[in-house]
Amino acid sequence: MSQKKRQKPVVWVEQILLKMLPHQDEEEPASYRGSSGSCPGTVRKMPYLGSEDVVKELKKALCNPHIQADRLRYRNVIQRVIRYMTQGLDMSGVFMEMVKASATVDIVQKKLVYLYMCTYAPLKPDLALLAINTLCKDCSDPNPMVRGLALRSMCSLRMSKLDQWGQAEVLNFLLRYQPRSEEELFDILNLLDSFLKSGSPGVVMGATKLFLILAKKFPHVQTDVLVRVKGPLLAACSSESRELCFVALCHVRQILHSLPGHFSSHYKKFFCSYSEPHYIKLQKVEVLCELVNDENVQQVLEELRGYCTDVSADFAQAAIFAIGSIARTYTDQCVQILTELLGLRQEHITTVVVQTFRDLVWLCPQCTEAVCQALPGCEENIQDSEGKQALIWLLGVHGERIPNAPYVLEDFVENVKSETFPAVKMELLTALLRLFLSRPAECQDMLGRLLYYCIEEEKDMAVRDRGLFYYRLLLVGIDEVKRILCSPKSDPTLGLLEDPAERPVNSWASDFNTLVPVYGKSRWATISKCHGAERCGPELPKTSSFAASGPLIPEENKERVQEVPDSGALMLVPNLQLTADYFEKTWLSLKVAHQQVLPWQGEFHPDTLQMALQVVNIQTIAMSRAGARPWKAYLSAQDDTGCLFLTELLWKPENSEMQISVKQNETRTETLKSFISVLETVIGTIEEIKS
Amino acid sequence: MISQFFILSSKGDPLIYKDFRGDSGGRDVAELFYRKLTGLPGDESPVVMHHEGRHFIHIRHSGLYLVVTTSENVSPFGLLELLSRLATLLGDYCGSLGEGTISRNVALVYELLDEVLDYGYVQTTSTEMLRNFIQTEAVVSKPFSLFDLSSVGLFGAETQQSKVAPSSAASRPVLSSRSDQSQKNEVFLDVVERLSVLIASNGSLLKVDVQGEIRLKSFLPSGSEMRIGLTEEFCVGKSELRGYGPGIRVDEVSFHSFVNLDEFESHRILRLQPPQGELTVMRYQLSDDLPSPLPFRLFPSVQWDRGSGRLQVYLKLRCDLPLKSQALNVRLHLPLPRGVISLSQELSSPEQKAELAEGALRWDLPRVQGGSQLSGLFQMDVPRPPGLPSHGLSTSAPPLGLGPASLSFELPRHTCSGLQVRFLRLAFRPCGNANPHKWVRHLSHSDAYVIRI
Repeated sequence: MSQKKRQKPVVWVEQILLKMLPHQDEEEPASYRGSSGSCPGTVRKMPYLGSEDVVKELKKALCNPHIQADRLRYRNVIQRVIRYMTQGLDMSGVFMEMVKASATVDIVQKKLVYLYMCTYAPLKPDLALLAINTLCKDCSDPNPMVRGLALRSMCSLRMSKLDQWGQAEVLNFLLRYQPRSEEELFDILNLLDSFLKSGSPGVVMGATKLFLILAKKFPHVQTDVLVRVKGPLLAACSSESRELCFVALCHVRQILHSLPGHFSSHYKKFFCSYSEPHYIKLQKVEVLCELVNDENVQQVLEELRGYCTDVSADFAQAAIFAIGSIARTYTDQCVQILTELLGLRQEHITTVVVQTFRDLVWLCPQCTEAVCQALPGCEENIQDSEGKQALIWLLGVHGERIPNAPYVLEDFVENVKSETFPAVKMELLTALLRLFLSRPAECQDMLGRLLYYCIEEEKDMAVRDRGLFYYRLLLVGIDEVKRILCSPKSDPTLGLLEDPAERPVNSWASDFNTLVPVYGKSRWATISKCHGAERCGPELPKTSSFAASGPLIPEENKERVQEVPDSGALMLVPNLQLTADYFEKTWLSLKVAHQQVLPWQGEFHPDTLQMALQVVNIQTIAMSRAGARPWKAYLSAQDDTGCLFLTELLWKPENSEMQISVKQNETRTETLKSFISVLETVIGTIEEIKS
Repeated sequence: MISQFFILSSKGDPLIYKDFRGDSGGRDVAELFYRKLTGLPGDESPVVMHHEGRHFIHIRHSGLYLVVTTSENVSPFGLLELLSRLATLLGDYCGSLGEGTISRNVALVYELLDEVLDYGYVQTTSTEMLRNFIQTEAVVSKPFSLFDLSSVGLFGAETQQSKVAPSSAASRPVLSSRSDQSQKNEVFLDVVERLSVLIASNGSLLKVDVQGEIRLKSFLPSGSEMRIGLTEEFCVGKSELRGYGPGIRVDEVSFHSFVNLDEFESHRILRLQPPQGELTVMRYQLSDDLPSPLPFRLFPSVQWDRGSGRLQVYLKLRCDLPLKSQALNVRLHLPLPRGVISLSQELSSPEQKAELAEGALRWDLPRVQGGSQLSGLFQMDVPRPPGLPSHGLSTSAPPLGLGPASLSFELPRHTCSGLQVRFLRLAFRPCGNANPHKWVRHLSHSDAYVIRI
């Protein structure tokens, strides 16, 4: 409706203008490509670019006070300007004079001038500003026709071209807009398409983010946009400005989380060069790890191997860890490279290689044999705590396949007095006990010596306790030791405790082109935690049934818990025994019965949580180690009627929230509700104690 | 939105400080920034740092730190772009960017900042618009002289190229005093290519990457039109074909928004009306397919006697440039095993120099003629690491920490892509007789030319 109204006058004005133009054009059909002639008589044969003389002549005429005084002659000159304009000659040179001509009472002349202004205003924005004054004056003209004309002309002056900073602002502002229909959405995308090709990285990234967010329901559009932004991103990654390069690399990593193959063919762009600063090299190594595929794995590993002997020990270790993470997919090649690195007999290399081996054996058991063959001799080149722990763990768990394992451990036992790291002693105790189970004859004597030392001489309480514990366990009998030490471990291939590999684009689209990818999600979480502590999550639900208030709740929090009415509907059975295997099977076979999110700020103390859950008879089956991000735990509980509650806790530090998913083996809504409120209360209480 | 902007010298002394919003801290943020920067753990990047709700974002430019602080989660790309634009602007107005020029022109810098940013929002960064508001004149340290022909380079960077414009010609304020008109009519057009190369130990080429730029620095009055003609065989993308020769091919091109491309398709002509000051007209990239042979090949041979710890490295460097061309300021950097002590050398020509620096061998070759071949024989002693068995095997396997070799150099009058500027025509007619001076220069350089050993 409104559009029709607006279009009508345009048609009308154009018709008038056509009538007003002298009909000379019809006499001589347009052929403006001629090359000769420059006098006003033969203007129409002017070449396209040679309009200077015409402009000069018209300018003179427009300035001539005699012509200005004669209304008809003045209008005539203006008509000529308009005619050349419609013929495509560049008439912007007389803009100033035309603006002056707009101050007239002759309404036809006004219309002509306004038509001219609307055409050339984008080319002469500064001069067009002058015209606005006249237009404003005309807006209060008593003649409604003049008023309407002025208003319409003002609206069609498209002169404010935004510069790159303005564009970036507008693109950012548009993020708040929610298109009403699919059609409108695609209209917007088409309109903004040119910004993806802008020369300014700020504008390109702003446009990309807007596209990703607007097209959140159209994954193929998102992928398409990410393909188009590849070029600008890669250019930024090899930019001379190392700061820009770093920021671009962070964003490349972000994209790779969702589209692992996205940059695979450009892997060479991410090779490090010696003159680059450390932080760029580290990012590049991370990127290389993530884009590796069947085609480039050989070249990428070759490149990474070069970094392993870098003079900077930090960088060399980062490269080794990178090879370790590629090894999860390309095990054989990587294990071979890592084994060769051991041959260099460098302390800083050996310790990292052994740590990598430890993780690898756990995740890819098929490489155990190769790792066990590589290990002998390593002990000479390891001095630090982390490396020693890794080596001792490997010797303990896989000692039956390493012929000299007992003798290596014996060296550690001999030197235990001078060992400075308690963690190494703890690891040594466990490893030796494990190895004792498989090779008792070789280990019995030194196990005795180690236990004696730990119990009688050790000053560190944790080590002493561990020693005492093992000693008493041995007194109970070898079967009990086996049951405790060699309990079945969960199958890593099920990946319950692993990160989900691919994250959807929508999970990070709103972080694109912000500081989040630059800091990294986890660091950002800590930053926004201390920054935005005031804008906390929603209030905790306080009405929940919670019978057992154990010793973990300090006095000051007690009354809050106790005002809760004891519904008594739910009775959880103490000492429920579920094996991890059984849990996994059941978990995978059931559907989620309830899911909800609780606010959870800040650091995590898994032990506290486990204790608290124990108090209310919820058992912890498996748990990520402290500090893992995201952090996960699997819980189980059973009520007196035999109904099982299997729970997954998923803590995402970046959202400051804890996601709870509960599965039930019988569908019973009432008990489920009670169970969830118990969980809520426990988690809520821990959260409160913490803050 | 930007809260504060400041410039620090390389030693951390504040040169410029401006608070736009008064919402965060006081002047001591500059000191805080420098302390954070120097105390940063090695694996964290200094580009964006955080302190109590405030983000510091900075770039390093000509030894200075240009820093902004903000308390919002802003676009890092936009801010970095703004910072580098500010660096260019300050260079345009003060002549060049450096500790000296900034401290001599404090008033001018504050005036500029006042106009560029208002309450932390960018107003304009166009040299043209800003001209109308800037009253202070730049203070230049020493009078500029055309006869200073000692050394030349890209916008004044020091190289040893001769017979071209003097080094300081381009490093003067764009808006210097209105009186000396004769100096104003100059325009500098540089085609600069940055080369990064990786060559495997068997000599096969693993990666070539060329980042090219056409940079313009104009002292002409704004709005004067110019036309830049590029090589006609210039093709964009893998498939385009122009002319009958192999063509000058690049993978991707982007242009500044001022550039009019009407004649680009037909004649490879860029038309533009540049404002005064510096401007990147065009950027392009090229990878993997170079039309010309690589400028250098290195033939290393390493003798390593584990037993005695004697390491002998023989390096032969061949320059494959055309005979008339030459490479300047060639420097080879070869990381050495830890603890190398002595160095004895035999070099093929007297002007070369080699020394041990920071655990690496540095071999300087001031000038290498196209087609020539230079060599150096280096002998070093490497102390034997304690854990190693002492039975000395003379092996060809290089010891740990040796290599890869990386070269840095400049190639004046040479572009690796083959792109040339055919002509630079100005539509500008000077008021006096002085014809505008046009300087067109081509230059390739590299600081990442890596050869594995």
